[in-house]
Amino acid sequence: MDLFKLFGKGESNNSKDIAKERLQLLLIHDRANVSPQFLEMIKGEIMHVIADYIEIDETGLEFKLTRTKRDGDNSTVPALVANIPIKKMKENIR
Amino acid sequence: MGEVIVITSGKGGVGKTTTTANIGTGLALEGKSVVLLDADIGLRNLDVVMGLENRIVYDLVDVIDGICRMKQALIKDKRYQNLYLMPAAQTKDKNAVTPEQMLKLTKELAEEFDFVIVDCPAGIEQGFKNAIAGANRSIVVTTPEVSAVRDADRIIGLLESNGLKNPQLVINRVKIDMVRRGDMMNIDDMVDILAIDLLGVIPDDEYIVVSTNRGEPAISDSKSLAGQAYRNIVKRIMGENVPFMSLDSEEGFMAKLAKAFGFRRI
Repeated sequence: MDLFKLFGKGESNNSKDIAKERLQLLLIHDRANVSPQFLEMIKGEIMHVIADYIEIDETGLEFKLTRTKRDGDNSTVPALVANIPIKKMKENIR
Repeated sequence: MGEVIVITSGKGGVGKTTTTANIGTGLALEGKSVVLLDADIGLRNLDVVMGLENRIVYDLVDVIDGICRMKQALIKDKRYQNLYLMPAAQTKDKNAVTPEQMLKLTKELAEEFDFVIVDCPAGIEQGFKNAIAGANRSIVVTTPEVSAVRDADRIIGLLESNGLKNPQLVINRVKIDMVRRGDMMNIDDMVDILAIDLLGVIPDDEYIVVSTNRGEPAISDSKSLAGQAYRNIVKRIMGENVPFMSLDSEEGFMAKLAKAFGFRRI
């Protein structure tokens, strides 16, 4: 799937493909003008909201800008992907 | 009123000055009146690429400061009809001029010439702002390398936010063998990444060094591969629909070349 392609698994070893992949990821950051600090800030706030409902595994946390294919046409758009491993739901809230 | 075209890139050393010289000369060869404007104040080079370095008396900063009249700073290239160069100052720096002054100067030049081709300095600071101030059209030069493409992308964003919509792409120094081996991004890759219209592709050509040594733009040499690519670019600038390269015949050097470049039939 696309994700595998994104990380270059099972892809060709052509250096131009590596260059293209690296550039496409890099330019998402450049174009969005997103600094690591800004990303950290968003991450902190999202975590803050989720923490009220869910106990999460902070070590396995993944939070990054990437790109995805838009439904409908095949153009790529930036996407904010958060991978948040759940330890358990907080019962007392519900 | 002529067109003011700025040739820019972000990164240095990708071929802005060579592209400016060749496009300007090419337009003059097509019968247009052209002035080449070197906006790289402090690091002038267009004069030496054009072989006109010994004829400089006044420069762009002299005109802006009112030390001479505009026409006094225009060097006529005797080899071509209607081709002129306005050199940059070598002893001043980029802050010697403001974007407003450049706008006024390019406007005055555009009243006299069909095309004003502005050679932009590398970078995104004052020199860049000066160079794009009076432009109504822009060309972004890049090479198939990650650093150059990244900078080109940044420049495209800056051009668009400064009202220069639809910048056009020139991909320079494409090494056919490396593209074939998959060790250099091909044309489709580059257009995919930068997502702007392609104006032309210049194959890597040793003759460019020879022509620069001589101070004679490669476009005037019929045998140069890069010169041929520049001739196509000039035709496209003038609105002709020149196909990128035909894949109709599978044989022949040009067809193989086009295939290696990853051209689709256009």
